[in-house]
Amino acid sequence: MGLFESFFRTPPSKSAAMAKERLQIIVAHERGGRRGSPDYLPALKKELLEVVRKYVPVDPSQIKVHLDREGDYEILELNITLPDEEPRSGRG
Amino acid sequence: MATVIVVTSGKGGVGKTTTSASFATGLAQRGYRTAVIDFDVGLRNLDLIMGCERRVVYDFINVINGEANLNQALIRDKHVENLYILPASQTRDKEALTKEGVERVLDDLRQSFEYIVCDSPAGIERGALMALYFADEAMVVTNPEVSSVRDSDRILGILASRSRRAEQGDPPVKEHLVLSRYAPERADRGDMLSVEDVLEILGIPLLGVIPESPTVLQSSNAGVPVILEEGSDAGAAYGDLVDRFLGKNLPHRFITPPKKGFLKRLFSGG
Repeated sequence: MGLFESFFRTPPSKSAAMAKERLQIIVAHERGGRRGSPDYLPALKKELLEVVRKYVPVDPSQIKVHLDREGDYEILELNITLPDEEPRSGRG
Repeated sequence: MATVIVVTSGKGGVGKTTTSASFATGLAQRGYRTAVIDFDVGLRNLDLIMGCERRVVYDFINVINGEANLNQALIRDKHVENLYILPASQTRDKEALTKEGVERVLDDLRQSFEYIVCDSPAGIERGALMALYFADEAMVVTNPEVSSVRDSDRILGILASRSRRAEQGDPPVKEHLVLSRYAPERADRGDMLSVEDVLEILGIPLLGVIPESPTVLQSSNAGVPVILEEGSDAGAAYGDLVDRFLGKNLPHRFITPPKKGFLKRLFSGG
């Protein structure tokens, strides 16, 4: 960088970083069931549901499995809506 | 056994035809019998880029329809030996590209050529799908720019699901990334996606980086594939790309900004 410019130039915009981040998100989303998104998700969901139902009676529609990617991380999100607490027998 | 290579991208204007012309010319220069086919029915341009537009008599669709035989339609390149061009039809519509017809022409070409380069049209419609369907390898031409990268990813999905290799469960189409119109100094400044950024997003092997260069326009003006401009950056980059495709292990050039002398740095900035 020239002497003159080093004093007066506005800082670089780094717009490439924005481009990369936006692309990573949209590309991961559009890949859907293709590359990147593992095909074990449905089976995983089914088994998880069975385990949970051993202990709590949940409706199959109340479990959501979602795989997300942020940079180098993959996030497996499991969301189970438990039914309203019912009065139990025995000690309260 | 001939190898069929599709040059594709999804997005238009990224350098598919420029790449097809230079890649095919480079293969022929190195002694391989090569045919290059324009799949852009209705918007043919490969003939213009390769400087043979005035010698087109019959085209790809004529051959598919049996109105001409392959030898009548193939145009012998005037720059290098071993290279033939099969132009697209300018008057028919894309529906004339039938899977059976394309397969028949490719099978005929396989008899006498070692490499068959298919220059795909932009988009993901019939012409593009036919260009990639029979491919053994694919060059995905991408610019360091968001819409081009996104479209390239889309094309990679189509290669993985709708090519003949995918449909028949054969080994997948071999993918190569060609990053074109690259400006290293802008990438260094953080104004342009870098080689690494694009590689990280698309996740396919890099075959070549073609620097942004005024020579590309000059050579298309003249109808001479830019690979023949050996003194230019872009020409040299295409030369390396062809050598790499043929198995040479060459380092990537033109991916870092040229070094400037002290005085130039002091007065020009950048």
